[in-house]
Amino acid sequence: MQIAVGAFGFGLLIGTGGAYGKLYGGPVVRDLLEVYTTIVRAVPELVLILLLYFAGTDLINRVLEAMGYARIDVNGLVAGIWVLAFVQGAYATEVIRGAILSVPAGQIEAARAYGMSPGMMLRRITLPAMLPFAIPGLANLWLIATKDTALLAIVGFSELTQETRTAAGQTKAYFTFFMAAGALYLALTLVSNVIIGRIERWSRRGMPSVAGGAQ
Amino acid sequence: MSDSASTSLATAETQNGAAEAIHIEDLHKKFGQLHVLKGVSLSARDGDVVAIIGGSGSGKSTLLRCINCLENPTSGIIRVNGEEIKLKADSHGHTVPADRRQIERIRSKLGMVFQNFNLWSHMTLLENVIEVPVHVLGIKRDAAVATAEALLDRVGLADKRDVYPAFMSGGQQQRGAIARALAIQPRVMLFDEPTSALDPELVGEVLKVIGDLAEEGRTMILVTHEMKFAREVATHVVYLYNGLVEEEGPPEQIFGAPKSDRLKQFISNIH
Ligand SMILES: Nc1ncnc2c1ncn2[C@@H]1O[C@H](COP(=O)(O)OP(=O)(O)OP(=O)(O)O)[C@@H](O)[C@H]1O
Ligand SMILES: [Mg+2]
Repeated sequence: MQIAVGAFGFGLLIGTGGAYGKLYGGPVVRDLLEVYTTIVRAVPELVLILLLYFAGTDLINRVLEAMGYARIDVNGLVAGIWVLAFVQGAYATEVIRGAILSVPAGQIEAARAYGMSPGMMLRRITLPAMLPFAIPGLANLWLIATKDTALLAIVGFSELTQETRTAAGQTKAYFTFFMAAGALYLALTLVSNVIIGRIERWSRRGMPSVAGGAQ
Repeated sequence: MSDSASTSLATAETQNGAAEAIHIEDLHKKFGQLHVLKGVSLSARDGDVVAIIGGSGSGKSTLLRCINCLENPTSGIIRVNGEEIKLKADSHGHTVPADRRQIERIRSKLGMVFQNFNLWSHMTLLENVIEVPVHVLGIKRDAAVATAEALLDRVGLADKRDVYPAFMSGGQQQRGAIARALAIQPRVMLFDEPTSALDPELVGEVLKVIGDLAEEGRTMILVTHEMKFAREVATHVVYLYNGLVEEEGPPEQIFGAPKSDRLKQFISNIH
């Protein structure tokens, strides 16, 4: 859960920055981001997780050693968050980039015409205006984040699936425990859906509903 | 109104007692190879209502958008409020504003009204109107709300204050957009075809609001296809043809006794 929240949160930050970089950055920034999003989205998540987790911690330690510091034990939680955030960031970049492009250009132009600075325009106009277009995609990402925590089990990090396996292994009641784990994931999804629904309704407050009948 | 000196190189100081709010001199704008403005000069003193007319593609919108640097002019001088916009060449040889802060300051004195209203869709009408006063100009929220309510009342939208733009008619949105522009207490109002996107039956209500503003002596630059309206409210009319001022003068002269053949034809086509 912590991992999912952390990964999703940092993923959002990366995504917002990435989307901005892709839309307004210089050619170098854009190319780098293109490489980032393409590779991350092309390679299976499991492979990425293994790669980033092991290669990443190894790299950090090598750098530390080269600089004359002692090796450190990378905290599994922190590593898990960063690895997933890195993956989520690539998807979020594309979701948010698409959403920003959906904001009518006139609204951004109006913000410029009234003397808003770029930072204020982002906070006051672009982000809130793109939100309704981004929510469905971001909601998917959140659900994927919760489930990707299961993949981290492979790198020995304890999460729900891992705990289940341990518990099941000890008692031999595999079916019961995996059912319970499945139910927990499902419950998480259902609760998420309710919350996402609320956020989406709020973000769409300025939009007439398509399904007939205004607010 | 008897002066036709608007293209003269008079400084921003007073002339006929009114200070010069907008001064444009030899303005050029190119989009790549396309030379859209080919040396336009224009000036508006306080209280002037300058109507810009001309055929489609003649550069009217581009001219208006250069005034607040929504388009960067390729060359020329623009003075707003006596302050000259500082431009510089970037690494690609394009002209860009030299000082972002200056542009932002100048923009916050110009009330722009767009053809497509461009109200912010995630804010209620009232929030739209107080947005710039509160967040750009730093006015206290209470004061901004009071001003905004008075303005909405003025444009006949007092009951729409908590409504989102998508739930209003085009005419209401445009009147709301005018209230948003007025809320910054602009030195000059800029209108780019404010009624072109409206259903015919909604045009009147918007023109009425703009006409009232003209009457109370607001300085305005107005791009319009509504010739009858331009004739009524303008103090000065500029006819743009192919990126150049083909003819300009008081409305009686432009509409009553046009000199250039192109203008004659343009006016007869409209009627
Ligand atoms: N951003 C742009 N990039 C390239 N060309 C442009 C751009 N904006 C305008 N133009 C071109 O510049 C010319 C003048 O456009 P402008 O919008 O100023 O005309 P206008 O007089 O306002 O016409 P209309 O009455 O149709 O609004 C047109 O040929 C147009 O295609
Ligand atoms: Mg135009």
